[in-house]
Amino acid sequence: MMRPRAATAAATGTIDRTPAQRRTVRRDGLRYLLDRYARNPMALAGLGVILLIVIAAVAAPVLAPYNPITPDFDDLLHPPSRAHPMGTDDLGRDVLSRVIFGSRTSLLAGIISVGIAVAVGLPLGLLSGYYRGRLDDVLMRLTDAMLSFPFLVLALALAALLGAGLDKAMIAIGIVFTPSFVRLSRAQALSEREQNYVEAAKALGAGDGRIVWRHILPNIVSPMLVQASLATAAAITAEAALSFLGLGTQPPTPSWGSMLNIAQAYLGTAPWLAIWPGLAIFVTVLAMNLLGDGLREALDPRLR
Amino acid sequence: MSLFLLRRALLTLPVLFFVSVIVFALINLIPGDPARIMMGEEASPEALAVLREQMGLNRPVYVRYVIWLGRVVRGDLGKSVRDGRSVLETLLLKLPVTVELSLVALLVAWAIAIPAGVLAAWRRRTLWDYTATTVALAGVSIPNFWLGIMLIYLFAVNLRLLPPSGYVEPWIDLARNLKLMVMPAVVLGTALAALVMRLLRSSMIEVLGTDYVRTAQAKGVPDRGVLFRHAMKNAMIPVVTIMGLQLGGLLGGAVITETIFAVPGLGRLAVESILTRDYPMVQGVVLFSAFAVVTVNLAVDVVYAFLDPRIRWEERAA
Repeated sequence: MMRPRAATAAATGTIDRTPAQRRTVRRDGLRYLLDRYARNPMALAGLGVILLIVIAAVAAPVLAPYNPITPDFDDLLHPPSRAHPMGTDDLGRDVLSRVIFGSRTSLLAGIISVGIAVAVGLPLGLLSGYYRGRLDDVLMRLTDAMLSFPFLVLALALAALLGAGLDKAMIAIGIVFTPSFVRLSRAQALSEREQNYVEAAKALGAGDGRIVWRHILPNIVSPMLVQASLATAAAITAEAALSFLGLGTQPPTPSWGSMLNIAQAYLGTAPWLAIWPGLAIFVTVLAMNLLGDGLREALDPRLR
Repeated sequence: MSLFLLRRALLTLPVLFFVSVIVFALINLIPGDPARIMMGEEASPEALAVLREQMGLNRPVYVRYVIWLGRVVRGDLGKSVRDGRSVLETLLLKLPVTVELSLVALLVAWAIAIPAGVLAAWRRRTLWDYTATTVALAGVSIPNFWLGIMLIYLFAVNLRLLPPSGYVEPWIDLARNLKLMVMPAVVLGTALAALVMRLLRSSMIEVLGTDYVRTAQAKGVPDRGVLFRHAMKNAMIPVVTIMGLQLGGLLGGAVITETIFAVPGLGRLAVESILTRDYPMVQGVVLFSAFAVVTVNLAVDVVYAFLDPRIRWEERAA
């Protein structure tokens, strides 16, 4: 994680530029990043798949051929057919429609839990790295402690204590992800605060708030973006895992994880119930990982 | 050396302190009455009062923490609400099963990841490399619960080659034990294999670019010698350093794997006690797993200090 910082620091602000110049440089830095990203076919494919899933989630009511929640007791456990390309489930609901609507749950879970983790972790990490001292000592031991828990065990325990439901699962996953964002932003703040341009800004009379907000934060955006996209992939898996174990999304809301939970009972008779939701999770997480890896490689071409 | 050991061990104390605070807070700071949550809505007021007294719920929270910590330090993790058995005893009973599963999974993971990682780095930007990295990315992305279900469908339901789920102690029937372990170990090992392969590949690429490797090549050391005698040693450092993380991943993965394959280890215990609201047991499992990770991290660091004097010196200079 040290290398992306060096790369962005070199591409963005240095001391002897005017604010207007610095802005152009920064924008060029981002354009440079996007340029490199666009030259990576795997990363582009990941982005394409993510866009398709976002479209599916937004346009679910239009795209889904059936209502994903209303049972149809005349059509239970129907194998894939022309009317139901992915078959029907134990309540006669169209699996394709449920998979399409399930994308909403997964995307929401990924975005909200990572959003929580960033919203809490980023400011804490910046404060910790910029001011150091007692706060830093305590926070670092606390994150050490949180990172000692096996990720899923802690998420599971938190979700169980908060109660079942997608909202609580997202909070639980968000809390468990927070330490890694504290760690990353702290490390960045720690090294940025020693840079010459920060000293220059201080000499010019800039306050702490301005230095952190205007000078340090922009340099943290790129590594944060990488971390956030990889964390989103992990959060989507985590929500599906919690729902699979019966703690996340509750029926009848369509969620890929809870669909797999039900599918287990019908493996011998209706395997299509297990294939499609699982494939949906796999493809979404894979695309999200490709996106994150692509961003990381664009930041540091040496990794390829 | 002993000074280093002492300092390193002392550093884990604050971490363990926070671990204990988090585990205590898990049960005690949740909104609502823990006694009612544990016993459910239909519990009688008398029973609730007894449980509250037992848990010391009528005392201030920091007093309860100190009392609780005192018990934990003495190895008293309380009793299961479900069957009244000692939490620690149950943990120790389930531990060997998870250890066996994790060791087999670790073996599977390293057996795949080490050759694949070395090959991908050695034949960088060839078809070998692309295949290995793509498979590894798929391995990182595939949800383990889906992989487990698909393996059961393929090998147990369709091909009938392996039993779908269950567990037999190895000393009762070793062959059956191993047969039952194949699928859970593959599922548990997949994510780890992918992680190790990716890490080893990038550290191997770095090491292969160093002067000493070039010197070895210039001296005419055959490829195999360069790779396995010279480069491997240094390339493995980051892989072994994340042992603690790997253990955390294994324990987290065991939750899913043991549930799908009905393996009676710590992971399944965690899920069962969470679903039945057996909070003392939940507390025990969570505390135990974090403690294991902290301990393994400490052990890895100490072993390193023995193997690599630079780490000791840096520590002294700092």
